[in-house]
Amino acid sequence: MSAHLMSLHRCCQRSALLLVARRPWSSSSASPPPLHTRLLLFLTQRFYDMEMLLSWSSQLKRRVIQRKNAYYSYAQRFHGSDIAAAYYVLNLKGGFRFVGLSAWFRANHRGKFNWDFLNHKDTPLEEVDMSYSVINYTGLVNLEGQRSLRTLSFRGCPEVDDWFLAKLHMFQDSLEELDISHCPRITTGGLAALRNLKGLRRLDISSLPGISSPGLIIILLEEMLPQCQITASGYNLSLSQEEKMEQMQEQRKGQS
Amino acid sequence: MLACRRLHANVRTARGLLSSGPVTGQHPGPRGSTVPRQSLHTGSSLRNDFYKDLEAQLAAVRKKAAEALPGSGWSPFELNPDLPPERADIVIVGGGVVGWSIAYWLKQKERVQGEVKVVVVEKDPTYTQASTVLSAGGIRQQFSLPENILLSLASADFMRNVNEHLGVMNEDPVDLQFNHSGYLFLASEKAAHIMEQNYSTQRYAGAKVSLLSPTQLKEKFPWINSDGVALASYGLENEGWFDPWTLLNAFRKKAISMGVIQCCGEVTDFKYTVNVATTPEGENVALKRIKSVKVQMPNSLEYQPVECAIVVNAAGAFSSKLAQMMGIGSGPKGTMAGTPLPVEPRKRFVYVFHCPDGPGLDTPFLVDYSGVYFRREGLGGNYIAGASPDEAEEPDISNLDVDHSFFEEKIWPPLAHRVPAFEKLKVTSAWAGFYDYNTFDQNGIIGIHPLVNNMYLATGFSGHGLQHSPAVGRAVAELILDGGFKTLDLSGFNFKRILNQEPMLERNIV
Repeated sequence: MSAHLMSLHRCCQRSALLLVARRPWSSSSASPPPLHTRLLLFLTQRFYDMEMLLSWSSQLKRRVIQRKNAYYSYAQRFHGSDIAAAYYVLNLKGGFRFVGLSAWFRANHRGKFNWDFLNHKDTPLEEVDMSYSVINYTGLVNLEGQRSLRTLSFRGCPEVDDWFLAKLHMFQDSLEELDISHCPRITTGGLAALRNLKGLRRLDISSLPGISSPGLIIILLEEMLPQCQITASGYNLSLSQEEKMEQMQEQRKGQS
Repeated sequence: MLACRRLHANVRTARGLLSSGPVTGQHPGPRGSTVPRQSLHTGSSLRNDFYKDLEAQLAAVRKKAAEALPGSGWSPFELNPDLPPERADIVIVGGGVVGWSIAYWLKQKERVQGEVKVVVVEKDPTYTQASTVLSAGGIRQQFSLPENILLSLASADFMRNVNEHLGVMNEDPVDLQFNHSGYLFLASEKAAHIMEQNYSTQRYAGAKVSLLSPTQLKEKFPWINSDGVALASYGLENEGWFDPWTLLNAFRKKAISMGVIQCCGEVTDFKYTVNVATTPEGENVALKRIKSVKVQMPNSLEYQPVECAIVVNAAGAFSSKLAQMMGIGSGPKGTMAGTPLPVEPRKRFVYVFHCPDGPGLDTPFLVDYSGVYFRREGLGGNYIAGASPDEAEEPDISNLDVDHSFFEEKIWPPLAHRVPAFEKLKVTSAWAGFYDYNTFDQNGIIGIHPLVNNMYLATGFSGHGLQHSPAVGRAVAELILDGGFKTLDLSGFNFKRILNQEPMLERNIV
C-alpha cells in the first residue's frame, strides 16, 4: 500500500517537474518535441528502469565524447605536437591547413582521411575548421601548442560552451578569425571571455540561442573588440516590440 | 420462517441492551439499527454487552483526558511531519552551500544506495541571513596558499561539469550564469614583490594568471587610472562570478534526490559522553563524544533528539556558538579545552550602483590595493562594489542593516580614483551579509576537533566559502568516509594549527 502511495506521490512530483521543464517549449512558437522524445518522457515518468536506461545512455554518450577528446599523448611523443594536433582534428572529422601550404587536409563524411599529413612534420597549423564536431574543453588541450593559429571555426559545435571560450586565451597572440556561430551552449558570460583575444579581426556569433538581448551584446562586443568585425545574423533585431507581437499573432493564425 | 423468528428474538435482546446501558441509551437511533445485525452473527448478548460497556468507558476516559490536557486539539498520535528522524548516521548542522555540498559528496561517495543516512539541519529555510546567498559570488585562483589555489581549481572544474555532477533527471540543466571575466588585482609599490611571489605560486599550482605592468594595464583597460599601481595580476581562465543561489539550490536538489533528509530547525543542544584522558605532559583532558543532537523546531516548543554517529559543523558565521554548546573554549585559558573556535560573524556591505558611462563587457572583478572591489552586474551599466572595513571599525552584527555612509566615505573615493568614470554614479540598492570570519588566520578550518572526536568542522572560510564549497565538500566527505584526504591534502587547515598557534596566513597584497 505504502509503495503504491509512494509511486503515486512520485508520479505527481514528476509530472509537476515535467510541467516546469516543458514551459520553454510551450512559450516558444516552435513546434513541440518529436513524438519519440515525448514517449520517452512519458515512460520515464512511470518506470524506474526507463530512467535507469536513459541515465546509462547519457553516461555512455558522455564517455564517448570524452574518449574522442582525450589527450593524444602517444602521437605527441612520437610525432610532435603539430602532428598530434593535426591527427586530433582529422579524427573529429575536422579540417586544417598547415602554415605555408595552400592545401586543406580534411576528413570525409565517414571520418576517413588521407595520411599524407604525416609528411609535414614540425609544421604548425594555421587554419583549423572544427565545424559540427564534438570538440570540447578537454579536447582543446591538443591544440594548445599551436602558436601560429590564425583561423578557428567551431560552427555548430554542441559541446562548445563558455568554459571553452575562456580557454581560447592561449591563442591570444595569433588568432585573427573566430567562428562560434550556431553553438547552442554559449551564453553571455562566455562572450565576455573573448576580451583576451585582442588580435581578433573577424568574429562570427550568428544564431546563438543561449544569449539574451543580442542587440546589446553585439554593441558591447564591438566596444570591447574595436578592431574586430563582428558578424551576427540570425537575430531579430530590426523589429520593434509591436511588430514582433503582430508577427507572433500571424504565426498563430497560420498554425490554427 | 425459522430465520424470521430468530430475528424477532434478536430484536428483543437488542431492546434489553438499549435499556441497560445509560450511555448508549442516549443514542438509540444509529445504535438500534446496527446492533441487531451484529448479534445475528455473534448470537451471545453477554459478550456484546461487555464490549459495549468497555467502548463507552474508553470514550469517557478519552474525553476526560482531552479535557484535562492543554489545547483540546491535542492528540498523542499526531506527529509533526517536519520532525527530523530519531536516528541518523551523519547530521550536518548548517544548510548553506558548504553543508549541502558535504551532503552531496557523502551520498556521491557511498557504495550502496542508502548506506549513510544524512540529515541536513538548517534553521532558516528562506536563507535571509545566510552568507551563501548574500555574497558577491566570485571565484578566483589568485591566492597565495597552494591549498587555496588548488581548492579553487578543483571547484572551477566542478562548476565546469556542474551538469554531470548536479543534473537531476527530467529537470532543466543547471545554469550557474557564470561570467568568465577574471579577477584583476592591483598592487602598490610596496606590495609588488608579494604579488610576484604569489604569481609564481599560482603558476606552479596550475592557475592561468598573467602579470601586467602599469602600461600594459592601461592598454588593456583604458578606463583604469593606473596612478600608484606598480603591478597588476590578471586571471585568464576559471575566474569570474556566478549566481550563488543557483549553486546552492542545485546542490540541495541533487542531494535530496539522492536521499539526504532536509530538516528545518535549530540545533540547541548536544548530549555527549565524557572520557578523561591524560596527555604526556600530565594534563587531564576531557574527551567528548556526541551521542545526540537536539533539534528545536522553528516557532514551537517541539524538539527532536537525533541520535547520530557524526556531526558536521558547517554553520558558517554561527559555528562558534555551536562549538560553545560542546564546551569548546570554556576551559581555563591556554589549555586545549580553553581554545575557542575562532570564528565570528562579521558584517560586510555590498552596494549596487548604476553608472551609464562605466566600463563595458570586459570589466573584470577588480580588487584595488586599497581593499575596494567592484564588478559588473548584468549588462545595463550596473555594478556592485564593497570593501572590508578596518579591524577597529567593524560594524555592529546584531542586525543586517546597511550603513550608507560607509560607501560615501570608504568606497567611493578610492573607486572614483581608480575608475574616473565612477565620479558620477548612483547607488540603487545595497545589502549586508555575514562573513564567517576566522579571527585567527582568515582561512577555513577543516577537519575533526581534537577534543570532540566525532565533530567535524568545515567553517571559518572568511569570504571564500562559496567558491571553495564544491572542493571542501568533497574533502570533508573523504575525511568522513575514507578516513583521510584523498584528492586534495588539506591537513594544513585542521584545528591543531590553532592549538599550536601556527597561523596559515594568506599573503595579501591589500
